[in-house]
Parts: sequence; C-alpha cells; structure tokens
Amino acid sequence: MMTINDVITLENQQERISALLPQGYRFVTMTAVDSTTHFDIYYHFDRDYELYTLQLKLDRDAALPSISGLCFAALLVENEIQDLFGITVTGLVLDYHQHLLLTKDAPVKPFCRVPGVSVSTVETAKGGEQ
Amino acid sequence: MRVFTLFKEIMANLVHGPATRKYPYVRRPDFPGTRGRLMIDESKCIFCGLCARKCPSDALEVTRKPDQMWKFDQYKCILCAACVEACPKKCLRMAPRTEKYPDEE
Amino acid sequence: MSTIVPFGPQHPVLPEPIQLCLELEDERVVSVIPVVGYVHRGLEKIAEKKDFIQDTYLIERICGICSFMHSMSYCMGIEELMSIPVPPRALYLRVIWAELHRIHSHLLALGLLADAFGFENLFMQYWKSRERIMDAMECTTGGRVMLSSCCIGGVRRDIDENQKKFVLDQLKEVEKEVTSLNRTMMEDYSVKQRTVGIGVLSKEAAYAQGAVGPTARGSGLVMDHRMSGYAAYRELAIEPVVETAGDCYARTMVRCREVMQSIDLIRRAFAQLPDSELKTPFKGNPSGEAVIRCEQPRGEVLYYFRGNGTDKLERLRVRTPTFANIPAMLTMVQNCQLPDVGVIIISVDPCVSCTER
Repeated sequence: MMTINDVITLENQQERISALLPQGYRFVTMTAVDSTTHFDIYYHFDRDYELYTLQLKLDRDAALPSISGLCFAALLVENEIQDLFGITVTGLVLDYHQHLLLTKDAPVKPFCRVPGVSVSTVETAKGGEQ
Repeated sequence: MRVFTLFKEIMANLVHGPATRKYPYVRRPDFPGTRGRLMIDESKCIFCGLCARKCPSDALEVTRKPDQMWKFDQYKCILCAACVEACPKKCLRMAPRTEKYPDEE
Repeated sequence: MSTIVPFGPQHPVLPEPIQLCLELEDERVVSVIPVVGYVHRGLEKIAEKKDFIQDTYLIERICGICSFMHSMSYCMGIEELMSIPVPPRALYLRVIWAELHRIHSHLLALGLLADAFGFENLFMQYWKSRERIMDAMECTTGGRVMLSSCCIGGVRRDIDENQKKFVLDQLKEVEKEVTSLNRTMMEDYSVKQRTVGIGVLSKEAAYAQGAVGPTARGSGLVMDHRMSGYAAYRELAIEPVVETAGDCYARTMVRCREVMQSIDLIRRAFAQLPDSELKTPFKGNPSGEAVIRCEQPRGEVLYYFRGNGTDKLERLRVRTPTFANIPAMLTMVQNCQLPDVGVIIISVDPCVSCTER
C-alpha cells in the first residue's frame, strides 16, 4: 500500500521540496492521476530504500509551478505530465510545449478522463500535419 | 597495457567452426512446451467463448448462434497462452512453430 | 560560433530511436537537448481499457529486454493491492527468471558497447553467449523474450529437473565464455582508450540527477533495490556491485561483474528452491493505491497503481529506469568530444521503448 507522507499546496510547494532535497532525499518521479474533480500530483522521493511521497491536489484549470529549477531530474516527467494531461506547467527549464511524447497531429491530453468519451473522439490539436 | 587479448577466442573459433546453423536447411528442434502457434481440436470445442474473453489482444472470436464459429486471427495473437489456460475442455494447445495448420501447404 | 548536430534518431550505435541535438564548438559538446517520443505507444492508457489480468501480458510488452521484470513488478503491485500471498517456490522461480533476464540484458548491453567503439568481434562473442541464455529461457518458459511465465499470485510454469540441468549447463558455459570476454573488456588497450575517463559522472551529480542502476553504481552510489528484499532476494543476500570512477569504464565494469553475480544468484536460488504450490488462487478486484519498486537491469523501476474495485485499473503509471537516467546522461555528454557521444550513450544502456511506453 502507498503511504502519503504529507499533503502540500501550491503555496508551499516550492519551499517544502527545496527543504527536502538537502536532507538527502533523491527525486524519484512524479505521478499525475486524473481524479475527475481534480488532479492528484504525487512527488516521490527516496532515501535509503524508503519512499517519501508528497501529495498535491490541483484544480482542473490551475497551473502547476515547475520544480525543475530545484531539481533538474523533474524536467522530463513534468513535460510528460504537460503532454498527457494538458496541465500547464509554469517555469520549466526546458519547455517542449506539449510535444515531448506526442506529435503535432496526436490527440491532445489523451490521459484525461472525459466521462462517456472514448479515446478516438478526443479532440486533436489544431493545425497538425497529417 | 595489453593488446590482442581476444586472440585465444579467435583461434578457438577458427578451430570449432561456426556457431550458427545453415538455416533453413538445418533447424534447431523446438523445446518441449515452446509457445509456437495456437492449435484447436474442433471436435472437443463447445464454443463457450471463454478463450475470446480472456484474450488480451482480441485475436479470438467465438459465436454460438446462429452458427457455431471459432475464429482466430494469427497476426493479432501474442502467444501468451492465456486461452489455453482458460479452456474448460482443454481443446486448445500450444504447438511447435513447425507444426502446420490443417489447411496449410 | 556553434553548430547544431542532430545525433539520432537513426544512428549506427543506437539500437532504438532517440535524438540528441548537440550544440558543438569545434568538436566539443557545449549543450544538449534530448528529443524523445518516436516510439510512444500510450501503454498506460491501454492498461486502463483492458482488465487487470490481461494487463499482465500487456505490461510485459513495454520492453523486450526487461520484459519479465515488468510483469513481475506489475504482479507484485496487484498482489499487494489485493493482499494475495505468493508461495515460496514461485518467489524463487521469479528470482531465477529475473536474473536470467538480467544476464541477457547485460550481455546485450556489453555487446552493443563493443559495437559502439567498433570492436565487432567482441560484440559477436558476447551475443553468442547471450544466445545460450535465450535458449535457457525458452526451455523453461516456452518463450525466448516474452516469457509470460509470471501471473498474479505466482508463476504459471514450474522448472523440472531436466530443465534445471539444462539451465545450469548453459550457465556453466556462459560463465566460462564471459569470464574470458570480460578480461578483454577490462584489460584491452583499445577498449580502455575509448572508455577510461570518458563521460565522467560524479557521485554527487548522479544522486542529484536521480540516476539509478549501473549508472549510479558506476559512480559509487550503493543503490540496488534488490537490497530491499522483494521476491526471494531477502534470503539470497545480495551485495551491490559498486565502482567509484564514474566513467564509461566503471559502468561497464559494473555490468561485467553483475553478470557473474547473477550467475551465482541463480545457482544459489536453485540450491535453495523450496517445494510448494506455484500459484495462489484469488477472487475479486483490486482497489486502493500502491507503489512498487524493483531493480531492473537498467535500474529501479517504479509502478504506481490505483484500483477502484472494478476489473479495470483507474491509473497505472510506470517510471522506467532509463527515464531517470536521461538527465544524468545529459550531464555526461556535456563537455565531451563528439566521437565519444555514442560510447557514452551506450554505456548508460538506454532503453527507449521503456522510456516512452
């Protein structure tokens, strides 16, 4: 089972994570989950084979401040979340503008849950090459 | 500093001959239990459709009405043998790669 | 004045498509931007569409080189969600197959590295040995790459006495062959010229960039997730293989020595193999959240599960080791010479299909 060690908010996200890193925590990854009403963003850290997980509840239309400035390793996964869930991540060190994994004509935010809509009818990006 | 460290193996390979076979003239026999291709014994099949429901790649299609049909798309099959385990009548089996289907040349 | 050179996605040293846009000053790399996404298949989304038993076979196909480890991690996660106990024999068999996979993956990586610096003969010799491991896997499970032998609650097949003998015979041959090949890899003048002191990653940088697996261990980090004792690793006492130099040579050494360690592990696992059932039957559907981490040939993999009580998972996330190693790879490539880029990338042993899922 997963233990959530702490719940953070958008206000204290940067300071909480910058406080963790000097304590010897290694950034493992981030996980985004679409919980229909909001997004759950988990930050996984590791120290001595123990996982330390922070949870951030993000409103559906809110932007997520990037932690890639604090921790360069978060760069790719934040870009991936931006691709697959359509969450705007602000302050990325290197921004792929939703095209890290997806091509120009791919469905936009394919991992988002839209009730009653299958993948094939998800809207595609405008002006894509065919 | 060491050079020509692989010399011994090269000489050994020269004496032992090639490590490969002259495929397709010489074939390595399959190991017993290799998941080569899916075979069915139609006479035992009761068209329950359990295999089609377990198949992760939708390679099987079974209908009971109006006609009894067991349809298998070889090119969709991923050879996981989930259907073989699911079959209540044990009429499905995994055969070696070399075995031919009844209507095959 | 700087020049931008695209490295990949089609390049002789790369087995899989990944692109690095290298900014060069003369022959020196100043900065690098990775471009991924050539083999993105959306497997995590497909996993939400199939039921969780079918997913076992789907997840296995994330990657061809660590396929068994993927299905093992997935099964461990579902077992944790549904609290299914796994019989001891199944745990040992999982270790045996996982270690066979580790050997075959490391031999592949060593061969590719030899190919990257142009030592064709060594490359073919390593792959010749690897073929024996593939045979051992086909003999025991029925598949050379996709073993499909792991299932929720245990394993699907047993290893009988004949198969055990076959595997041990093959391992004996592989040990003999790889010992002499490793000598070439470790001591040959031309190999050392291309690897020693190239692509140095310091211990601090490796930790900060979140490197895992042989990449981290080559930089002196003692970090092997098998130490946490999942499956039967608790009873088998693992000693992580660590090198301190942090260059391509050190990472290669870690792989060379891990092949030997895995051979030893399989022998010990066979010696201790207990008798029991192979599989625990289960009922119901997974619900709740779980995180599982395992050690793959390339490092630690993280699986996140969320089940909602139906037969379909609500979310499955896979963080593969190469995904974590890319930031470290970028650090290594910076300030190196252009001809060394290929060797550095292969020394990390990137698995792009894993990365993009």
